[in-house]
Amino acid sequence: MSLAHRIIPCLDTDGERVVKGVQFVNLRDAGDPAALAARYNIEGADELVVLDIAASRDHRPTFLETIRRVAAELAIPLTAGGGVATVDEGRAILRAGADKLTVNTAAIRRPELLTSLAAEFGSQAVVLAIDAKRVGDHWEAFVRGGSVPTGLDAVAWARQGVECGAGEILITSMDRDGMRSGFDCALTAAISRVVNVPVIASGGADAPETFLEVFREGRADAALAASIFHDRIQGLGELKRYLGEHGISVRQTG
Amino acid sequence: MNIALVEYGAGNLPSVERALTRLGVESRRASTPEMLASCDALILPGVGHFGALMRSLTERSLVKPLRDAVASGVPLLGICLGLQAMFAASDEAIGDAGLGLFPQNVSALPPTGRLPHMGWNQLRRVRHSVLLEGVPQDAYFYFAHSYAALDAGEAAVALCDHSASFVAVLEQENVFAAQFHPEKSGPAGAQVLSNFVRRAGKKQ
Repeated sequence: MSLAHRIIPCLDTDGERVVKGVQFVNLRDAGDPAALAARYNIEGADELVVLDIAASRDHRPTFLETIRRVAAELAIPLTAGGGVATVDEGRAILRAGADKLTVNTAAIRRPELLTSLAAEFGSQAVVLAIDAKRVGDHWEAFVRGGSVPTGLDAVAWARQGVECGAGEILITSMDRDGMRSGFDCALTAAISRVVNVPVIASGGADAPETFLEVFREGRADAALAASIFHDRIQGLGELKRYLGEHGISVRQTG
Repeated sequence: MNIALVEYGAGNLPSVERALTRLGVESRRASTPEMLASCDALILPGVGHFGALMRSLTERSLVKPLRDAVASGVPLLGICLGLQAMFAASDEAIGDAGLGLFPQNVSALPPTGRLPHMGWNQLRRVRHSVLLEGVPQDAYFYFAHSYAALDAGEAAVALCDHSASFVAVLEQENVFAAQFHPEKSGPAGAQVLSNFVRRAGKKQ
């Protein structure tokens, strides 16, 4: 008996529709978020993440409506985010039906935002999302959808973010994002070693072996993927059976 | 049957409502002492901070009506922080009294495992459980918490292990509670809610 490793499909949206691209560019339409949510809820996803990657202010009401539509389909937890910069914006996302919210750029500018969010909603509702890219012998945190370097060491930032109140880390390897070349296990393990909160690995998902690697070598608590699930390249049930057969604790469904 | 969700600002109330709707069960929200007093069954949802929950119940003058309802035999289901609120006090908010339906205290989980305890875990059943009737022994439930009741005496019917052994399900006469979120726990969670509704429909 132990905590299961989670498999988390991710819906990157423009606020309204699911979009996908490679390394944050060349976005194209990939479907209706509520329809995909309903499918993953039945197929055995352990949690769902829905992000507004456009995150423009005037688009916010549309995204909140998307969260409501997605939440209505789910009997599993929902994490939502994209451009959250204040406690009020966080509250709006949780009220719309999310159980947790992700914070990225605004937390880098003001780490105390994590503290305020944790005080208001509890650490279990605050996920620090970090987009990291290999630079020389370390990983650097990037913001604004991966276009702007921050000069921050991603591993050190993860540790500081947890000290400030984050209850979970979502680490995305921008080198691997959309490449289907496997998760960045070294990056994930480096973060997993320095924090005591759960770590979600993202970027590079491909065959079941890549999930096995990130759970074993990357010491991830959860693994997130988008297009391999959206495009039905990988079935959730089949993936979980494979992991179970290889000694990884997972919640088998159906 | 008149099932009410205690409304005091808990973030997961709409999720619980939706989960009941999926079961074909109608519920309403109760936010005043009068509304609490006229229910056949009560659900106390909860997510967040023990002190904030108790202050919120106190501000709405719901503490005594909740205790009175339980004393008069109305079935009550506590969820997550709603389970913790049933105890006398919590490490999370030293000095704030809980509902005191159980004399023990809620403790911080030791940091030997990753905290918060977040994700899907299995239960260890120690007594017969009404809430877990028909639920497979190896079923997983969704947890998201850093505090837990480590002891509830005979009321503890199922335990879970993460950093420490803690109470996952408690049942005592008309009082029921789960540390996990049944509304977020897929088919197994739906069965738990359904079992509570069924039990609440039987007068004792």
